[in-house]
Amino acid sequence: MQFLQQMINGITIGAFYSLVALGYTMVYGVLKLINFAHGDLFMWGAYVGLTGLNIVLALVGQTTPWAILPAIIIVMATVALAGVVVERVAYRPLRNAGRLAPVISALGVAFILQSLARNIFGASYKTYPNGVALAGGTSLGGARVSVMQIVVLAVSFLLMGVLYLFVQRTRIGTAMRAVSLDHDTSRLMGIDVNRIIGIVFLIGPGLGGVAGMIVALYYGSFDFTLGWVFGLKAFIAAIMGGIGNIPGAMLGGMILGIIETLGSGYLSPQWKDVIAYVILILILIFRPTGLLGERVAEKL
Amino acid sequence: MESLRTRLQKVNPLWWQVGLIVLAILLPLPMGDYYRSVLWRTGLYIMLGLSLNIILGYAGLFQLGHAAFYALGAYTCALLNIHFNVPILLTYPASVLVAGLFGYLLTRPILHLRGDYLCIVTIAFGEVVRLVLVNNLFGITGGANGLSSIDRPVLFGMVLRAPIYHYYLMLFFLVITIFAVQRLEHSRLGRAWMYVREDEVAAEAMGIDTTRVKLLAFVLGSGWAGLAGALYAGRITVISPDQSKFLESVIMFCIVVLGGTGSIPGVFVGTLGMVTLPEMSRPLKAWRDAWLGFAMVTMMILRPEGLIPSRRVALEIRGEKEKALPTPSTTDQAPVSGA
Repeated sequence: MQFLQQMINGITIGAFYSLVALGYTMVYGVLKLINFAHGDLFMWGAYVGLTGLNIVLALVGQTTPWAILPAIIIVMATVALAGVVVERVAYRPLRNAGRLAPVISALGVAFILQSLARNIFGASYKTYPNGVALAGGTSLGGARVSVMQIVVLAVSFLLMGVLYLFVQRTRIGTAMRAVSLDHDTSRLMGIDVNRIIGIVFLIGPGLGGVAGMIVALYYGSFDFTLGWVFGLKAFIAAIMGGIGNIPGAMLGGMILGIIETLGSGYLSPQWKDVIAYVILILILIFRPTGLLGERVAEKL
Repeated sequence: MESLRTRLQKVNPLWWQVGLIVLAILLPLPMGDYYRSVLWRTGLYIMLGLSLNIILGYAGLFQLGHAAFYALGAYTCALLNIHFNVPILLTYPASVLVAGLFGYLLTRPILHLRGDYLCIVTIAFGEVVRLVLVNNLFGITGGANGLSSIDRPVLFGMVLRAPIYHYYLMLFFLVITIFAVQRLEHSRLGRAWMYVREDEVAAEAMGIDTTRVKLLAFVLGSGWAGLAGALYAGRITVISPDQSKFLESVIMFCIVVLGGTGSIPGVFVGTLGMVTLPEMSRPLKAWRDAWLGFAMVTMMILRPEGLIPSRRVALEIRGEKEKALPTPSTTDQAPVSGA
């Protein structure tokens, strides 16, 4: 039952990729910008989560998995706020500056966030306190499913489902879709474009931050480079599903997670990153619109 | 009454160049070995910046994986030297050829991509090259530790060991590079690159074979980066996959974009800000990434065309918004047309 086991592990990792990919895809949708800073906001989620968790545990006075819930809320609020600040400071002044300038600015923000994390928290690996991550597990058709995996999947699917309904059913969601089609026309229809973009930068980094904390909990330890690799992978997932397409990002994340796990299980673990990058290159060469992409690869 | 500035501008540019070369020759003489090494490193990154400038500055192709070719050049040099005992100086042409060849093979399939898509693919290529080197493909790349005990270059029976010799070796190749790049910029090919950068569709309509022109930019730029890699291998004698790190690519990218896209003096200024300055001040070194990031964000907001842009790029970036040219460039222009 090795295959089933690999699938379960793959879907878990895929759920992480999906959560992070949503941030990329939503920002690309409204701004046509590859938000390179997203991966590092995600990494900050892991650090803020650790700090928040320690504070909560100190306040409660005992180690309990329930401390995760207030910590998640702290992470969501902090990282979402950071996302909005990044947009205000580094992207909004460049709204009309062509395509290259915002991309470079985003790379710059990524470097600042990474350097801050390294200088504040140190370059060594950090671990989450013991007894917080849920232990135990159950077996399913011969494969082992840990409680953590069930929690991860439940939280991820819940967040993705809520987001999907939000974008499809609410007025703000409709406005978001309108802004991603055309800023000027949306403005003519009475949509406050800046407000919508602000909301996107609340939701995307908020989800990314939570993903960062869950990833760190799931793996147990992390360092300041977490954002770079995970961010790039999640970006690959977003491209795979068709960038700008929200269900596409979820699907892309799952597929990438599964391919990667199968690849490292049956081929060799040290080549799994290469597999992901090669998939990215192949997709961009042969189908730059992604699997569910409705967008045509645009001109610069 | 001519101002000093206009009189200086009337001096034959050849004298400026000769003066700069003499200055570059004399500069390291009063310095200690540490600062000579800093100078050498500055030269190395100027060379890398100039090579990327062909791709990014002239042809406008967003290459964010340039360090891969730098690493390939270094590995070619090291492998030929270690396994076949080829003298270092003779490996330089091979490094150029191998890096150029990989430039051809890797970029041929992705030439149709534009803008940020190209950016992403080149990042992926850079990472793939690094991971292949780390994973020790065919067992010859030495894995994460890289290759060591590479010979030093030998010139007329003299082993080049002291930093000053390497500085002069670098300077020799740098002068050739600058001469070649300048000639390229004003050649038919150079004009074609700029045309492609400014409007690819119109360039194609004017009969420019855009695929060939873009491919040439990648091959030439990558090959040159390969030469820089070989120079690095001969000086440091230890190389590792870290040379293909994303950070290296970003440093090169910043040198070109922040210094002034498409401009040779811009590459000099960019290297001073991105490499020399952090190298010389310790506190800045710990915060170098933050400094890079800060420079990128503020430059994009305040001066997106870079510190010393080529006039054409400045027009292209600023032109749509501001009707009037920035005043310095109009005064620059007046005496030239008057002379």
